[in-house]
Amino acid sequence: MSGESGAGLLIRDLRVVFDGFAAVDGVDIDVPPGDVRFIIGPNGAGKTTLVDAVTGLVKATGSASFGGRELLGRKVHHIARLGIGRTFQTATVFEELTVLQNLDIAAGTGRGPLTMLRRRSGVPPVVAEAMEAIGLTGERDKPAGALAHGRKQWLEIGMLLVQDARLLLLDEPVAGMSQDEREATGELLGLLSRERTVVVIEHDMDFLRRFARTVTVMHAGRKLSEGTVAEVQADPKVQEVYLGHAPTAPDRPGGREGT
Amino acid sequence: MTGPGTAAGRGRFRLRASQSRARTAAGFGLAAVALFAVAPLALGDFRLNLLAKYLCMAIVAVGIGLAWGRGGMLVLGQGVFFGLGGYAMAMHLKLADAGPGDLPDFMRLYGQVERLPWWWEPFTSPVFALAAVVLVPMALAFLLGSLVFRRRVRGAYFAILSQALAAAMAIYLIGEQGTTGGTNGLTDIQGFFGYDLADPANQRVVYFIVAACLLLMLAVARQLMLSRYGELLVATRDAEERVRFLGYDPARVKLVAYVVAAGMAGLAGALFVPAVGIISPALIGVVPSIEFVIGVALGGRATLVGPALGAVGLAWAKTALSEQFPAGWTYFEGLLFVLVVAFLPGGLGSVAGLVRRRRAVPAGAPEAPEAPPGVRPGGPPEVPSFLDPRAASSSPLEGTVDGAVDGALEAPAPGEPTREVAP
Repeated sequence: MSGESGAGLLIRDLRVVFDGFAAVDGVDIDVPPGDVRFIIGPNGAGKTTLVDAVTGLVKATGSASFGGRELLGRKVHHIARLGIGRTFQTATVFEELTVLQNLDIAAGTGRGPLTMLRRRSGVPPVVAEAMEAIGLTGERDKPAGALAHGRKQWLEIGMLLVQDARLLLLDEPVAGMSQDEREATGELLGLLSRERTVVVIEHDMDFLRRFARTVTVMHAGRKLSEGTVAEVQADPKVQEVYLGHAPTAPDRPGGREGT
Repeated sequence: MTGPGTAAGRGRFRLRASQSRARTAAGFGLAAVALFAVAPLALGDFRLNLLAKYLCMAIVAVGIGLAWGRGGMLVLGQGVFFGLGGYAMAMHLKLADAGPGDLPDFMRLYGQVERLPWWWEPFTSPVFALAAVVLVPMALAFLLGSLVFRRRVRGAYFAILSQALAAAMAIYLIGEQGTTGGTNGLTDIQGFFGYDLADPANQRVVYFIVAACLLLMLAVARQLMLSRYGELLVATRDAEERVRFLGYDPARVKLVAYVVAAGMAGLAGALFVPAVGIISPALIGVVPSIEFVIGVALGGRATLVGPALGAVGLAWAKTALSEQFPAGWTYFEGLLFVLVVAFLPGGLGSVAGLVRRRRAVPAGAPEAPEAPPGVRPGGPPEVPSFLDPRAASSSPLEGTVDGAVDGALEAPAPGEPTREVAP
């Protein structure tokens, strides 16, 4: 958790243009290693596009580097191999494969051809640990498509765990989850962030207050504000954008920020 | 939150693996008995020879099952690879029939060719010809696949492309009559590595070779399907983009299955030549290429033996029915295909699974009622679009643009509170 910015996610003047429309319009973001950064903003603010750009899904100009290595211009699977993992708004798991198979595939990018051509003869230790961490050991042999929505999200997070990603980009990980599931996901985030840098796109303010370390607010493709939860909440620019949805409006008092 | 102890789980794992191994051994044993003992005893020379021809179709089908059923690539042009294998074999056999230094009969017949074309020369060597039978189709598939998969051509576009290739090859062969035999193809093949093909005893040996190759290819396909690669292939079929974000290159994953399928088609084409005595453009063009796929769809594309059984069944039905109603066969074939695609997308191979599941339901287990019907592990995918098994619909990632659909399409699981509305 040093302040050495070279090792974290460093985004400079990032710009993504779709048919003349700048979805991300010159954004600078600096996420130090070990941070749990939440990115919030209204629909269309460019949050997901930002993650798409960092992971190579859309073309972007400017710069985005992690651990000192430039990411823009590389292919998606090369970026993934540099230790950058992501999840998606709609949980994307391999529905016909079992939980175990899903995790085993995620753990396997380094395998040679001979290993690939053989059957899996047991449960690799990393996979067993991850299954334990995401609480799906009991559903190991269930097809992922049969899992409840929240569990699919956990499975995706588990896939990032075994993939050994150093930077996790989670796109609305608690969308559609029950309160208990959110709680468990939050704890999982804490576990993840011990050795990793985590960036979360989230709409859920309550979840954010509890689990964010730092927050970046985006609006119309630009960075609006950045800081701790309290700082961002106090920022008049943020209040203006969320007019009528003042930061203190939700049912819970704002005093329960996570560490 | 945790399930049963890992030790117990591991035991269960091992038990299941050994059970499946025993079942497979039994299955292969049974197939071997049927192919090597029952069929030769029960069938006359003529029918056994027909069966050899059907088994060649089955070998192509095993490859299609791998590429299409497991890999999601609708290979509508396997006739190309079948043809390359077939022509490679037939060229050697024609040269051997003609004798050293002499031209194959048809070249004389059309009277345009005085010297053996340079690309015929190497086929004088049996070793070269046998290697070319498998390696030439694989090399072409590698080249084609490298170009196509990297550019993310898939679904219907891939199907059309592969089909166009089959058409192009047939047209080319017809055009080059002097050196390829044109429409007639390479016919009237007499010998097979020194053995007279007119002798029924030698025809039986050809049958045994074909049957052995089929079993071998089934074993290869089984190993590929059960291996980690096979799991990755299914993952790539169902969510290509997701695989990419894990750090794999889906193009390479698909390429392996495509190349293996091409090799199998080439082998089948080569075996077809001694079994039937002919290879011609009509046997490798668009129509036969589609028929290969129909057989696979009938049998169940994502299963191991389904494609082979479907191919044999279809080829048998074609012979039987076209003997009775020469004009009606094509309509019947089309109807059969439509029925299977509409009502049994998993093919006949999925019937056992459907029955098992129906029987299991009243026995209890209200588990996972929300599971869509197509999620049996290893089972064939069910409902989604025929052309593109799960591929077209399964990439929610394509063109994700923040905004309009921002989570709006996502239905919360039943019984769960809808999420708090965001800021």
